[in-house]
Amino acid sequence: MTSFRLVGVISIVTLIRSFKMLMFFCLFLRGGLELLCDSVKIHNVDLEPENGEKQLTMKHLLSWVRTNLIKERPEMFMKGDSVRPGVLVLVNDCDWELSGQLDTTLEDKDVVVFISTLHGG
Amino acid sequence: MESNSVSPAEIIRKIESLKSSKNDIERQISALEAQLEKLNCNDYGRITQSSNGEITSNGSTCPLVSSLGPATGHGLAPDMIYRYSRQLLLPSFGVQGQANLLKSSVLVIGAGGLGSPALLYLAACGVGRIGIVDHDVVELNNLHRQIIHTEAYIGKSKVESAAAACRAINSNVEIVEHREAFRTTNALDIVRKYPSFHAYKLPLVSGAALGLEGQLTVYNYNGGPCYRCLFPTPPPTTACQRCSDSGVLGVVPGVIGCLQALEAVKIASAVGDPLSGRMLLFDALSARMRIVKIRGKSAQCEACGDKAALNERQFQEIEYEIFTQTPFSTAPLKLNLLPLEARITSKEYYQRVVGGEPHVLVDVRPAHHYKIVSLPNSINIPLSSLEGRLPEISDALGNKEVETKEVTADSGRALYVVCRRGNDSQRAVQYLNKMGFNSAKDIIGGLQSWADDVDPKFPMY
Repeated sequence: MTSFRLVGVISIVTLIRSFKMLMFFCLFLRGGLELLCDSVKIHNVDLEPENGEKQLTMKHLLSWVRTNLIKERPEMFMKGDSVRPGVLVLVNDCDWELSGQLDTTLEDKDVVVFISTLHGG
Repeated sequence: MESNSVSPAEIIRKIESLKSSKNDIERQISALEAQLEKLNCNDYGRITQSSNGEITSNGSTCPLVSSLGPATGHGLAPDMIYRYSRQLLLPSFGVQGQANLLKSSVLVIGAGGLGSPALLYLAACGVGRIGIVDHDVVELNNLHRQIIHTEAYIGKSKVESAAAACRAINSNVEIVEHREAFRTTNALDIVRKYPSFHAYKLPLVSGAALGLEGQLTVYNYNGGPCYRCLFPTPPPTTACQRCSDSGVLGVVPGVIGCLQALEAVKIASAVGDPLSGRMLLFDALSARMRIVKIRGKSAQCEACGDKAALNERQFQEIEYEIFTQTPFSTAPLKLNLLPLEARITSKEYYQRVVGGEPHVLVDVRPAHHYKIVSLPNSINIPLSSLEGRLPEISDALGNKEVETKEVTADSGRALYVVCRRGNDSQRAVQYLNKMGFNSAKDIIGGLQSWADDVDPKFPMY
């Protein structure tokens, strides 16, 4: 019971804060992708929506990541304006296929994880 | 032992002779076990070996006692009740779970870092039949993580080694050996031997581990996605790292392999809620496990979607290595980027060192590789930082006195570049040539060839 209430409280806070249009994201890069960003796995990102846009989208975030975080071999992360095959994108622990991929809108305190799938072992 | 008087050759000979006797004994044990197995199947009573090693006979030796014997109604033999008692005691698993497990078949593809713990647990917990597929042989550098194998099996088939370990733990389990790679051409034939499922509908417990991270999910289960639903397009080859290049901490595949066994046991015994439609991400360094929700089955999936028209023949004709652009063999990549005159063999390099040729040797491996082992008098400039560290090479070549802003490249000294296997050294020489270091040459085959052709005592990794 307690944990359900807690989740409710957090979502209300998120909603209120998102009106400020000041975005904080927590980005995680895993499965080797962190190697493209000086091996830093967690990035706190502070972004505002593009001119004329009401909300920030994953499309905007991706192009920002490519410009600002990826230090080498961008082809290991991107293909066209999306991620390359084999990279899973999770918005708040949920596959972005379920939230609209590039059109997924982001809110304050959202957590975005990019993960390169591993093979073998 | 009076070791002083025994020569190494003598010891090696003794080891070989003991190993050969050991093989003979193992063969005899297997034959006897098979004989015993047959006897157990007939009506004259069941012979089992009790836990204290004593041979006991139980079953229908006394008709009177037998007719008053315990009522069970689940078909578990008395020795099975005892062996699996700690699982039978679990209310959520119990007799039904165990009975399901005993009737199930599990095919384990790969007897490596993940397969090792998975196989040990699957054999121990009483899966009825276990198939093992692997084409590889056991190597010394496998043992830190592939815990099912022992030193005695180095150079031998992984399947043979894993099967022996599984049989040693639980002689009741049927172990099927497939000493071959799992390919589109043989996959269906292998899978068909595990008849409880339609080949395409097999639930797949998929695990991966590399470095200090692991991933786990269940595909093809109860309406969940298949692998191709999640990854319609294969990733580029360069995005796939391997344990032999990137390294792996032994326990990490161990953790994931254990979780794979757990998911397989849950599916086979029809107990609990398998990890379908979800993926577990394990970060060993920060001690974090995260379970994320992944997409469901895709109607457009080429393998399992509504319009998927993949028949058996088409499946067998898929050139998987071409489709994924990843060669099946574990042989390392061998680039050939440079003209012959920009290359030198490790033997030639050795001749030049012995001949006293003044030169600079740049080792372009990452720093943590260099710390493992390196050639004397080499300087370590990792390929990734080469661009910013050209002046160091220039200095080493003895060009320091030339005070210009431009990096001066050529001097009388020779410049050689080495790496682990001779790929990065070629990339480095290409770059150095472009930057005016025209005499730069790479050592063909890297430190590996130095170890193979010049100094067999040079430790390779």
